[in-house]
Amino acid sequence: MEIFNHDSNIHFLGMRKYSIAIAIFLMVASIALIAVKGLNYGMQFNGGVSMVVDYQQSVDIADVRAALDKGGLDHAMVQSLGGTREVSIRLQPKDDPAATDASGKFNLDRISADVIKVLQAARPDAKLKSRDFVTAEVGAELRSDGTVAAVFVILGIMAYLWIRFERRFAIAAVFTEVHDTLVTLGVLALVQREFDMTVLASVLAVIGYSINDKVVVFDRIRELFRLARKAEPEEILNRSINNTLSRTIITSLFTGITMGALYFFGGTAVHGFAITMLIGIVVGTLSSIFVASPILLWLGVSKKDLMPVTKENPELARRP
Amino acid sequence: MSDFPRWKYALVALVMLFGIIYALPNAFPPVPAVQVTANRDAPPINQAVQQKVEAALTAKKIAVTDVFVEGDHLLATFANSDVQKSGADEIKAALGDGYTVAFKLQSNVPGWLGAIGARSMPLGLDLQGGVHFLMQVDQKDAIEKQENSYADDIRSLLRDKNIRYESVTRSAASGQGIAVILRSDADRKTASDAIANEYTDLNVADGASTGDRFVLNVVIKPEKLRELSRSAITQNLGTLRNRINALGVSEPLIQQQGDSRIVVELAGVQDPTEAKKLIGAVATLQYRPGIGQPGDARAVEAARTGNIPPDANLYYMRGDNRPVLVSKQIIVTGNQLVDASSGIDQQSGTPKVDVTLNAAGAKKMGDFTNANVGKPMAVLYVEQVYETKVIDGKEVRVPKVTETVINDATIQSPFSKQFQTTGLGSAKEASDLALLLKGGALAAPMDIVEEGVIGASLGQDNIDKGFKAVLLGLTLVLLAAAIYYKLFGLVADIALFFNLVILVAVMSLIGVTLTMPGVAGIVLTLGMAIDANVLICERVREELRNGSSPHASIRAGYEKAWSTILDANVTHLIAALALTTMGTGAIKGFGVTLMIGILTSLFTSVTLTHAFTAAIHGHRKLKTLSV
Repeated sequence: MEIFNHDSNIHFLGMRKYSIAIAIFLMVASIALIAVKGLNYGMQFNGGVSMVVDYQQSVDIADVRAALDKGGLDHAMVQSLGGTREVSIRLQPKDDPAATDASGKFNLDRISADVIKVLQAARPDAKLKSRDFVTAEVGAELRSDGTVAAVFVILGIMAYLWIRFERRFAIAAVFTEVHDTLVTLGVLALVQREFDMTVLASVLAVIGYSINDKVVVFDRIRELFRLARKAEPEEILNRSINNTLSRTIITSLFTGITMGALYFFGGTAVHGFAITMLIGIVVGTLSSIFVASPILLWLGVSKKDLMPVTKENPELARRP
Repeated sequence: MSDFPRWKYALVALVMLFGIIYALPNAFPPVPAVQVTANRDAPPINQAVQQKVEAALTAKKIAVTDVFVEGDHLLATFANSDVQKSGADEIKAALGDGYTVAFKLQSNVPGWLGAIGARSMPLGLDLQGGVHFLMQVDQKDAIEKQENSYADDIRSLLRDKNIRYESVTRSAASGQGIAVILRSDADRKTASDAIANEYTDLNVADGASTGDRFVLNVVIKPEKLRELSRSAITQNLGTLRNRINALGVSEPLIQQQGDSRIVVELAGVQDPTEAKKLIGAVATLQYRPGIGQPGDARAVEAARTGNIPPDANLYYMRGDNRPVLVSKQIIVTGNQLVDASSGIDQQSGTPKVDVTLNAAGAKKMGDFTNANVGKPMAVLYVEQVYETKVIDGKEVRVPKVTETVINDATIQSPFSKQFQTTGLGSAKEASDLALLLKGGALAAPMDIVEEGVIGASLGQDNIDKGFKAVLLGLTLVLLAAAIYYKLFGLVADIALFFNLVILVAVMSLIGVTLTMPGVAGIVLTLGMAIDANVLICERVREELRNGSSPHASIRAGYEKAWSTILDANVTHLIAALALTTMGTGAIKGFGVTLMIGILTSLFTSVTLTHAFTAAIHGHRKLKTLSV
């Protein structure tokens, strides 16, 4: 079975002005979105309030969630504390705007009072047992760790590609990498999906996925340059994209399927991970096809950059 | 004709066998159990205890699967965690305070698997339930303590050398050192030399001098300060380990994070309050000279008027709240304590704690009691817990120190190394105190900055969902690959399945804790592992289209795809490596899974499929290929 025409010869490089323009626009738009709307950091990053609520009779977690939703506190995390009469509720103060004063500081008493009022409206036997701040301090560290990891990933990949391929490939890969990461973050900022630890892990995994995708195309470019007798860069690049097109899309589909399964059946704990990965797969696939190669062309990749270095002939090595 | 060497077939078969055996233990889910260990002073675990437990459970009609003695502890296994909870309550009630009763997940893996080192993956908190604490070590306090002790040492040094001084005080601001005020410049010179000679960890510098006040500034050297911080956290880690072991939690995770933080994860523990009380408390005893009896006229007067004699502190007795005056002088503190155990005092029938001191403590105690027979001595219990409060809209952690006198009695006869403390409220209180003291003192108070509880039911729910997601994702990809690449797709499917098996085997063998992000990593690995086979299959198709023979196509397909697969996977591996080394918590777990997954998939999707393909096609003349 084959879905894609193996003789496809779509002139992807011909659209390079548009595709690069769109890519740059998306990057700028993403930066703007992240700057203006910001990422919706979860409690691990922002801190919040943690409460323990006691019920006289046993209570269903789902009922507690429903009661909180009804009271407008729909982002709270509700967990059972072992037994059936005690639940832990964690929420971010921004879920309860009434409890935040003008300067953005929040009031623990006010929040817990609000929560307990909402719960008592549904079940009068709810009683607040304890409440505590969960500090955000930890979040700042995580955030910087994530940034360090991302920078390290990008530098490591750049070094590897520089050694295995050539400088231009490393630059093109890193540019598209940054593009993919930014656009993925931009989409997250746009839809205001909660940004928690698993989403951070997912964003970092997107970097891994997208580089994987680009390297396959780059590999084909190198191969075709070496094989071709008369190598017109634009034609070689175009052929490489077309040759690898079916693999690019099939792999995206297969990875997409597993992430879809994770999203629909993996439970809320991995929702963020799966959806971020899905966004990343779409962005990464598109940029492998439309963005990475045009950059290579502009950087002026040519046949002679890619020929294997022959050490046997010193005469050749001396030539410019 | 086959270009696939025999030793590679053997390797593939061996790896497949390894994968199956070492992944197998995960098919035996652990059973909920209750573990009973004897405290120091209780009779050891034996048949009698076992019978007692069995009888108690039968009496309450609690279905227990098995009760048996294993080494120095007793285990009772139950069908599910609800029965386990009621079972634990019953056992606790039946055995009393002499035993620690803890929840445990008892491995169900057959013995022969355990014998060859195969074990199941430990489950993370999110898959099993439990409590998580992140604690901040207050290193400032450790430094202040050290400065105080240096100040004491300097005072006695100056006395020994007969140098007259006005005062030796620690600066109010922490880390600012100690100010020694002397009467003359000459004294200051001698003092400076003496201190510098005696304590090489201290820097001594002349300060301002006004009239007859000559100031000497003494500060702890920076390298010593660094060492103090380091040792504070190491000591706290050790102390925490002791205390948590006493709780009887199986496989606790106690880890340093950064310069001043400690992560504690207790899988299976559902009630954070009890755990928190034990791991967060800084409890110590101080033995001080007493001034009069509890509730006597002087103490009552001091409590009423607030006029406390300058050499005394006013405290209250634990339990009945009678005021009592206690001298400021400290004879011995909990730091000098080597051992503590609880029991019942034979004479009075009240709970007691037996205490053993180290040599230095024993000498001080001996000197004091010798000189003060017939006089009172008070035992002060000092507990420090941190509370988070909001002051002016800012979160401030306020240490809350509770100081109560637990005992104030007349010294009957001199004692030194070993003695007992009575006057404790209950046997439970005595055993808790003994546990705290025995666990050692924390070098610096700790403050819980993050606390999380994950319900066991949520854990089970996560496992079910994760399992479903892995299974569904796998099935869909297997189907899609078989449809799209026919026979080559089927071979890829076998490889993908074994990739999962070997991945699980390696993770189990290394002992990677499986968490929900880890499950996500497994799913992602499965999705991406098929990429190598897509590359190979597409190459084989291309070669066939270009007119190569089937055998040549297979060979060229594998050869040409290999460099691409290698480049793609190495770059991916760099990304995973960064996640593993730089990340913490969820990110790290995910990174480890991804890294192992990339390596196993390299093997399964290239070598394993090649073996199968060669076995299927190798010895036949082929006209077409099913790809």
